[in-house]
Amino acid sequence: MDTQITGKMLDLTIRKRQESLKGTAALIYCGAVLFSLLLSAALLIFQGNSPVEGISLLLQGAFGSMYAIEDCLIKAVPIYLCSLGVAIAFRLQIWNIGAEGQFALGAIGATWVAISFPGLPSWAMIPLMMGAAFLLGGAWGVIPAILKLKMKANEIIVTLMLNYIAILILDYLVYGPWKASDSYGFPMTDEFSSAAIIGTIGETSLNWGLLICLLSGIVIYIFFKFTVMGFELKASGENVRAARYAGFPYARLVIISMLLSGAFAGWAGFVEASATLNRLQPTIMVGYGYTAIVVAWLARLNPFYIGISSFLLAGLRVGAENLQLELQVPAAFGDIMEGMILLTILAATFFIHYRFARRQRS
Amino acid sequence: MRKILILLVLSLVVAVGSAQAAEKKMKVGFVYVSPVGDAGYSYAHDLGRQAIEALPNVEVKYLESVNEGADSERVFLNMARKKYDLIFGTSFGYMDPMLKTAKRFPHTVFMHCSGYKSSKNMGNYFGRMYQARYLSGMVAGAMTKSNVLGYVAAFPIPEVIRGINAFALGAQAVNPKAEVRVVWTKTWYDPAKEKEGAKSLLDVGADVIAQHQDSPGPQEAAQERGVYSIGYNTDMSQFAPKAHLVAPIWNWAPYYMEVLNSVKDGTWKAGSTWNGLAEGVVDLSPMGAMVPEAVKATVMARREEIKTGSYVVFGGPVLDQAGTVRLTAATPDDIDLLSMDWFVKGVIGTTE
Repeated sequence: MDTQITGKMLDLTIRKRQESLKGTAALIYCGAVLFSLLLSAALLIFQGNSPVEGISLLLQGAFGSMYAIEDCLIKAVPIYLCSLGVAIAFRLQIWNIGAEGQFALGAIGATWVAISFPGLPSWAMIPLMMGAAFLLGGAWGVIPAILKLKMKANEIIVTLMLNYIAILILDYLVYGPWKASDSYGFPMTDEFSSAAIIGTIGETSLNWGLLICLLSGIVIYIFFKFTVMGFELKASGENVRAARYAGFPYARLVIISMLLSGAFAGWAGFVEASATLNRLQPTIMVGYGYTAIVVAWLARLNPFYIGISSFLLAGLRVGAENLQLELQVPAAFGDIMEGMILLTILAATFFIHYRFARRQRS
Repeated sequence: MRKILILLVLSLVVAVGSAQAAEKKMKVGFVYVSPVGDAGYSYAHDLGRQAIEALPNVEVKYLESVNEGADSERVFLNMARKKYDLIFGTSFGYMDPMLKTAKRFPHTVFMHCSGYKSSKNMGNYFGRMYQARYLSGMVAGAMTKSNVLGYVAAFPIPEVIRGINAFALGAQAVNPKAEVRVVWTKTWYDPAKEKEGAKSLLDVGADVIAQHQDSPGPQEAAQERGVYSIGYNTDMSQFAPKAHLVAPIWNWAPYYMEVLNSVKDGTWKAGSTWNGLAEGVVDLSPMGAMVPEAVKATVMARREEIKTGSYVVFGGPVLDQAGTVRLTAATPDDIDLLSMDWFVKGVIGTTE
């Protein structure tokens, strides 16, 4: 089934590929990354810097030492959890762009437990914090799901709007009732008790949030691969009408996928509050929820690939920092590079699914 | 043979010695929360950085747009690992990440701006910007006709609240009828939003707009409506030449020189530094041509009094919005200023 889309002028048509590309796909992706690195090198030359030095500083900063890899993993944890979450909703073609707000609510839930019951031992504290983050983050996902099912409200708009509300709630709490007495009026809660802080793994600076990522990824993989509900979710996402004819419980699937989606973002908020900030403060919001959307798409919603792309994106950001520091290029340079890499990869995805062909004269 | 050997050893010693001397170059790092080119807060710090960059045997680098929280911790760690001798972090949210890093790298000197925590190898510093704000308030109070001054403010934290209060007291000192209306934008740098904030104040009759943000958005709004404005951070007159009366400004270069030299000669000690007009870390930009000479003279006379200590901003009694006396001492305790979360009488708005 060839689909002709455009191309009258060049006498070219765009055709959907019949056969799926396996090895070639990886090659196309590598080519895309290489191409974007070449573009970045050109930018470096334009600024009067050595491109070889620049790119090697980037790679060194990201993956050149144990420290660097640890840094990337730490940064990848919240991105991964948010991304895993949105990918579940995306599978069902529910466009949840509210991971940012669900992340905030998760952090709020975890913080509520940590500062309300500071005396709890860690074996009770951590699971309770995770539970609260799961419930609040999940609830923030379920609200748009219910509005979609009952009132046909567009979930893109609702999830986006709920992000702003979530951040306002967070601000209200840290500027108001939860403000620490010893913070000199600055917006932050009391520091968590040590039982409420996820520790580091051995001698590294990695925290146990990494384990949460790993287990969550495995659970989601099993869920989609081996459970009936996972199958129903996937199938409904591919064709909603067919799934309804087949009698799949569409409404329930929407609610469950949004619950999980929000819950994972909520866990990301829990990890950030507990492991990295040790308290709740407005600076916890740095846009992981939005980054997650890009990462999920790049990874084609696959939990394993999401892991890889979160790690690489974290690496890109950490590496670009090193590049900035050593060559003193502006911070915008890192953003431009990131944008170029994402764009070329998205362009590459197009070539994996479509090809150009000469128009046949009839 | 022996001679050659001695010669070799000697030359080696000399080589190693001179290599060590060359390596004595001090490495200094600056970390900013916003881009340097914003003509605002980070730009003012960067002027200080550029001043010490010009010194011999110093290597100074900076990193801009670094998020507070986890990102800043990684940046401080990496600078410390790269053997930086002295690291400045200029945003409040860098405080805890810097403290954590300082504990792990006891031989690196950390300097945190605008916070209150310190440790053995971490000091904190800031400037008494409220003194310059008071003076800018005097200018605003003298120039207003509607007696409504607008103040576009960033976040309801003590630093900003203190600035608003000082501005209001300055205005009231020359014009008892002056009131200050406040809007919060919850942004440090968002030109469009901050401009909108200024417009909302203009709509309620403000005819002088002051600001506590890094973008010149409010300045532009004032110029477009043909009213006056008070800048911040650096001289913002280039953005609104017809509106810009004056700006309370930062001047970090002398202090950064001082810190650098004390670290270099080993006399640096952790502590809290809160310098003001007297030390020159804060000041007023030149006043615009529209400010009458008489007003200029009054303001500059008060500037001298604050410098010499014969006038103290926030000297009691200071009343809050409800009319309750909140500060009684002739010279207030710094702790009361640092934790200020209430508005003085004559300010209209809430601190939440």
